[in-house]
Amino acid sequence: MSSQAPDLTSSAAPDRGDHHAVPAKRHPWLLFLRRHPTVAVGGILLLLIAFAAIAAPFLGTTDPTKVNTIMRTRAPSAQHWFGTDVLGRDLYSRILYGARVSLLVGFTVAVLSSVCGLVVGLFAGFSRRMDAFVMRIMDGLMSIPSILLAVALMALNRGSVGNVIFAITIAEFPRVARLVRGVVLSLREQPYVDAAVTSGTSLPRIVVMHILPNTVAPMVVQATYICASAMITEAILSFIGAGTPPIVPSWGNIMAEGRALWQVKFYIVLFPAIFLSLTVLAVNLVGDGLRDALDPRFAKKI
Amino acid sequence: MTDVRTAHEARLREAGTVLEVKDLDVSFLRDGTWRNVVRNLSFDVRERETVAVVGESGSGKSVSSLAIMGLLPELTSRVSGSVVLQGRQLLGLPEKQMKTVRGRDVSMIFQEPMTSLNPVLTVGFQLCEALMIHSAMSREQAEAEAVRLLDKVRIPAAKARLHEYPHKFSGGMRQRVMIAMALACKPKMLIADEPTTALDVTIQAEILELIKSLQRDEGMSVLFITHDMGVVAEIADRTVVMFNGDIIEKGSTENIFEKPADPYTKALLSAVPRLGSMQGRDRPLRFPVVDKTTGTSDVPNEVADTVRGSETPVLQVGNLTTRFDITSGLFSRVTGRVHAVENVSFSVRAGETLSLVGESGCGKSTTGRSILRLVTPQAGSILVAGRDISSMQGAQLKEMRRNLQTIFQDPFASLNPRLSVGRSIAEPLVAYGKGTAAEIRDRVAYLLEKVGLSPDMATRFPHEFSGGQRQRICIARALALEPKMIIADEAVSALDVSIKAQVINLMLDLQAEMGLAYLFISHDMAVVERVSHRVAVMYLGEIVEIGPRRAVFENPIHPYTKRLLSAVPIPDPRQRFVSKELAASEIKSPVRAPDYEVPPRIYREVSQGHSVQVWGEEWGA
Repeated sequence: MSSQAPDLTSSAAPDRGDHHAVPAKRHPWLLFLRRHPTVAVGGILLLLIAFAAIAAPFLGTTDPTKVNTIMRTRAPSAQHWFGTDVLGRDLYSRILYGARVSLLVGFTVAVLSSVCGLVVGLFAGFSRRMDAFVMRIMDGLMSIPSILLAVALMALNRGSVGNVIFAITIAEFPRVARLVRGVVLSLREQPYVDAAVTSGTSLPRIVVMHILPNTVAPMVVQATYICASAMITEAILSFIGAGTPPIVPSWGNIMAEGRALWQVKFYIVLFPAIFLSLTVLAVNLVGDGLRDALDPRFAKKI
Repeated sequence: MTDVRTAHEARLREAGTVLEVKDLDVSFLRDGTWRNVVRNLSFDVRERETVAVVGESGSGKSVSSLAIMGLLPELTSRVSGSVVLQGRQLLGLPEKQMKTVRGRDVSMIFQEPMTSLNPVLTVGFQLCEALMIHSAMSREQAEAEAVRLLDKVRIPAAKARLHEYPHKFSGGMRQRVMIAMALACKPKMLIADEPTTALDVTIQAEILELIKSLQRDEGMSVLFITHDMGVVAEIADRTVVMFNGDIIEKGSTENIFEKPADPYTKALLSAVPRLGSMQGRDRPLRFPVVDKTTGTSDVPNEVADTVRGSETPVLQVGNLTTRFDITSGLFSRVTGRVHAVENVSFSVRAGETLSLVGESGCGKSTTGRSILRLVTPQAGSILVAGRDISSMQGAQLKEMRRNLQTIFQDPFASLNPRLSVGRSIAEPLVAYGKGTAAEIRDRVAYLLEKVGLSPDMATRFPHEFSGGQRQRICIARALALEPKMIIADEAVSALDVSIKAQVINLMLDLQAEMGLAYLFISHDMAVVERVSHRVAVMYLGEIVEIGPRRAVFENPIHPYTKRLLSAVPIPDPRQRFVSKELAASEIKSPVRAPDYEVPPRIYREVSQGHSVQVWGEEWGA
């Protein structure tokens, strides 16, 4: 697929356009992963954890809520790979099922805040009059600590995963809005947007065809950071008891229950902590790698 | 004048060599392969001599200068050959020793004055830094020397401005500061990498005069890199022509201009518009097309008369006024107003080209944007084919938009990099619902052929094309709706010399074929002379002179028009020793207080169709 463009009018004007040897469409993903090892490592780790969470029933777990008062706080053994907690429940099972909650909260918050932030950011970026007003509201929302908001919501309703997701989204989506607004403001001045206006293209079409594709890259990177942040926030909320109800195993719950005993039975806190750290690390690695990969300096080499 | 010239040439004959470059070879590592970008470059620069390295983009001229200074990235570049500066080999010198060479024996000034100075340090600090590093001066001594240098580069009120930050200086002033920094340690050699490309033409003339006079006073040699043949003729004793990394020709500037040996040099010179070459002609003229391999050129005929004066004028602008508010403070109070376009009136007939010329900030781009309704004008009427569009909205405006299309300056930013070229061209067709997908595809193919590209390029992306080709694609997009008029906003300013000529030829051909009218917005007087039927000169948002091209260029009346025309560099080496009278001037800013009252302007008719604004005392006698 050569990029030698025959120029018909003039005599012998050599084409010195970017000679792009575009690689054949064989394995563009493999090439991408090889060039960006952080994305590869983070991605594989994340996939493993997600697999463990989804396939939890088949990975040698027992019922995570089954109380067994005889086997309280046993050390890790062949029967209970990570030991048991204060109520005799198998820690390994609880941790794998807990992964579901963390991943669910993380991804849902990331998706919801991206969508809300996108809508608000587009609106603020395009409407010069409402811009300042909307962004001050965003500043106000950003200043509310998500943990306090979740506690307040829990006081009104019961603690549930839904409340946790709602509270964290409210606190995180203004960041996405600010990011999208910045991109819209800079893209609005580009000549190709002016050309689209003079070509008669309607505003919705301009937004979809010209503005949105360029917001996707920074938004994806921001979304991964929000995901990591949401996971930690959810663990904190569960730790202080304002998150998921005690019946639902969550890494924060497990750590909270092992808190009093951590000096003697450290494994109750240790294992969920390791999993949480690894998951957050994996998400951050993917985010960092994507940010480097999608750097606008390389945007011409699409 | 001949005495100055013969004395200069005699001095050159006896001079020793300051810089000798032999078989310079530069390669870059990109995507895993080494690409040879400069091959076997050899030239030398003698004492008190100015050598110009001229070439188009991609010729390797900037890269060679960076290689000489040792400024190329270590890991991804390979430089071989020999660079001897005053008897000392520079290639292979360890970085520590190279640092003593840079700034003291050879210094460099760059193209972008806006980004060459550190914005968080005062100008005085940056000047003193250079002085204190290379000559063991104390802070007070360095400051005194810095003031002296700023005076030398003719910055007014130097002592006070020493403690100001770069953002308070204009582009031309910043370039002077850069020159002062470069001269701080009295180097024997100055390398100037396109220092005036980003500046307006009057400022460029001043900077070139400054470099010439400083060279005389300091006894310095200058290596001047540029793509502008007019600048070369104005300052260079000898010229080196480069193309695609190879050296094509070198010799004295007079020889290169009068007896070019290589076909490429001939092609390059024929593509340079010479101000004054259109004397006696009424209509625009194509550029001659020179075959780059054989050197044979065709002789361009004057284009046929395309102006259809009997019809309603395509565009009639009356008293157009556009102002922008400057707000500050918490409640966005209006603290000033930019009077971008002030009472502008003109009309363009079918098949005619009207050029708007002026320097940055004169309001020509804003006039174009106001006509296109990309910004909303405060007052005035814009009649397109008889109907006033200045206050139209919605579907009505969309209907009228078909008649006015536009081409922008930056061919890289005018096309969405994520859309294929075919989709970009088809955008206006899709917006107006012109036909089925197959019909649109056919029309895109037809348009691509019309602008000289092949139809199978429609699936490619903009980054796969060169600048000139992208501009052709933008022209194809502008033609999609069969408009009556195309507004070309500095459409050829960012293109190389030969590509510029090709695109202009294309535009003239399209005008003859389709009866298009053009509003050609430009600051390049020589190109404007070739392309236009009528010319309007703008200054600070107002038209100061308007008339047929021949009248305005051969008989300029307004002092600003005269100043503009005299500042354009003439590609004639024999004019080199004529010193120009230029005051160190700044381009005034159109920002005014909110309660400013615009003084009423009177226009005087000089001859048929040629009017000039009556000027006041600020323009002198």
